[in-house]
Amino acid sequence: MTSARMKPIYLDYSATTPVDPRVAQKMIPWLTEQFGNPASRSHPFGWEAEKAVEEAREEVAKLVHCDPKEIVWTSGATESDNLAIKGAAHFYKTKGKHLITMKIEHKAVLDTMRELEREGFEVTYLDPRPDGLIDLEAFKAAIRPDTIVVSVMLVNNEIGVIEPIAEIGEICRAKGIIFHVDAAQATGKVEIDLEKLKVDLMSFSAHKTYGPKGIGALYVRRKPRVRLEAQMHGGGHERGLRSGTLPTHQIVGMGEAFRLARLEMATENERIRMLRDRLLAGLKDMEEVYVNGDLEHRVPHNLNLSFNFVEGESLIMGMKELAVSSGSACTSASLEPSYVLRALGRNDELAHSSIRFTLGRFTTEQDIDFAVKLIRERIGKLREMSPLWEMYKDGIDLNTVQWAAH
Amino acid sequence: MAYSEKVIDHYENPRNVGSFTKDEEGVATGMVGAPACGDVMKLQIKVNKDGIIEDAKFKTYGCGSAIASSSLVTEWVKGKSVDEAATIRNTQIAEELALPPVKIHCSILAEDAIKAAVADYRKKYAPSQDGAEKKAAD
Repeated sequence: MTSARMKPIYLDYSATTPVDPRVAQKMIPWLTEQFGNPASRSHPFGWEAEKAVEEAREEVAKLVHCDPKEIVWTSGATESDNLAIKGAAHFYKTKGKHLITMKIEHKAVLDTMRELEREGFEVTYLDPRPDGLIDLEAFKAAIRPDTIVVSVMLVNNEIGVIEPIAEIGEICRAKGIIFHVDAAQATGKVEIDLEKLKVDLMSFSAHKTYGPKGIGALYVRRKPRVRLEAQMHGGGHERGLRSGTLPTHQIVGMGEAFRLARLEMATENERIRMLRDRLLAGLKDMEEVYVNGDLEHRVPHNLNLSFNFVEGESLIMGMKELAVSSGSACTSASLEPSYVLRALGRNDELAHSSIRFTLGRFTTEQDIDFAVKLIRERIGKLREMSPLWEMYKDGIDLNTVQWAAH
Repeated sequence: MAYSEKVIDHYENPRNVGSFTKDEEGVATGMVGAPACGDVMKLQIKVNKDGIIEDAKFKTYGCGSAIASSSLVTEWVKGKSVDEAATIRNTQIAEELALPPVKIHCSILAEDAIKAAVADYRKKYAPSQDGAEKKAAD
């Protein structure tokens, strides 16, 4: 169990996924033989590249039930979030200057909102309910006459909960507010039907769905038409919304990844749900283990647990046979506890003690059984070492202790 | 985050984990840190009649560097007089464990834990010991 050479078991699929070998195969020719620039109109190199790009666009559109013309290629979900939120805020700024989002959004949304605040916009950051879902009443109450954009994610990257975007969309549409959804963690995990959903802008990423890194897309609704101010200027690619030479191989990869997701998600999700339930069943009888976020409205891939009285970073170090994360990968370099768990109202100990397990296409039953055994053993060892566990066992209420904070 | 070999060694084979019973003769306890900051260290020393630390134990809630820092100081204080133990500096701990800058606070916490244990010892047992009194006063 402690072989240092062994590659850890990958349980961090929400950080990124491997490129599916079928996707990689399809990408390669577009790097070497079919290298043309899709914008070249004067020769077959360009024509065939353009055809591949459009076929991939169709595949992305098919997964989420929209018109391919509504898909704009970007470098990833971060760029899509930036283009959607800044682009809409800038275009509609004469209508109002207020935006609404949630405190548990990805940093790509939160930091974009902060930038807009610096430009003079006003932003309301809604607290989620303790289960991680939006409080619809609080949301309605936050809407002002000058609210122009609302951004709420479909699937949370840390706790995997599925936000009620259908309801939010109805509310926004009735009031003429642009509704953006970050769906980076959702494709291939939940059904997305943009014909039915009243969503105006939706961000996608390839590398969370077995495609390559560095490519994403933004859905921009045509009926009713949503206008954006471009954030990247140049050759006028993507109907002027996002200039820059299209990376054909990346786009082909995203198209193939989304095609596979459409064909396989139903069976894949059932298999992954079984594995996630097996992981939870193997751990839930332990003392002082808490599931973070609602378990019902949640993608099957995610299990976020707090192991009380054990600090997350030491836990990850103690489970080096598993590749997992504490909080999100983007913030794990900092010493702060997860802002998402804090927003749910989790106390410091529980926020510091969280581990995110995210399962995916290549996770096996053996992986889960190995993980359960290892986690139980290492948690036990770390708790033996924890003064907080000792105090808890002695019946001391930690909230009554005067800590010498440093 | 990459850890030094010494941190990993202390983390995987922590020295002197445990607790003395509180009423044991010569035992003093230092508890520092806070759960809110992500680390709490409890360091206990057992001092004999000659003022020498015979044994030491720790329990730590915190990252690998915090665990390693406290494990290391239990080794270092053993056999030292209380006064000598109080001279251990965080820079020595950080150097020994090759802690990166973001983990220096772990070594500071370990130094604080020694100081807190020594202070507890002096409060409980040492008012009669002149040397200790003088040291504490400067």
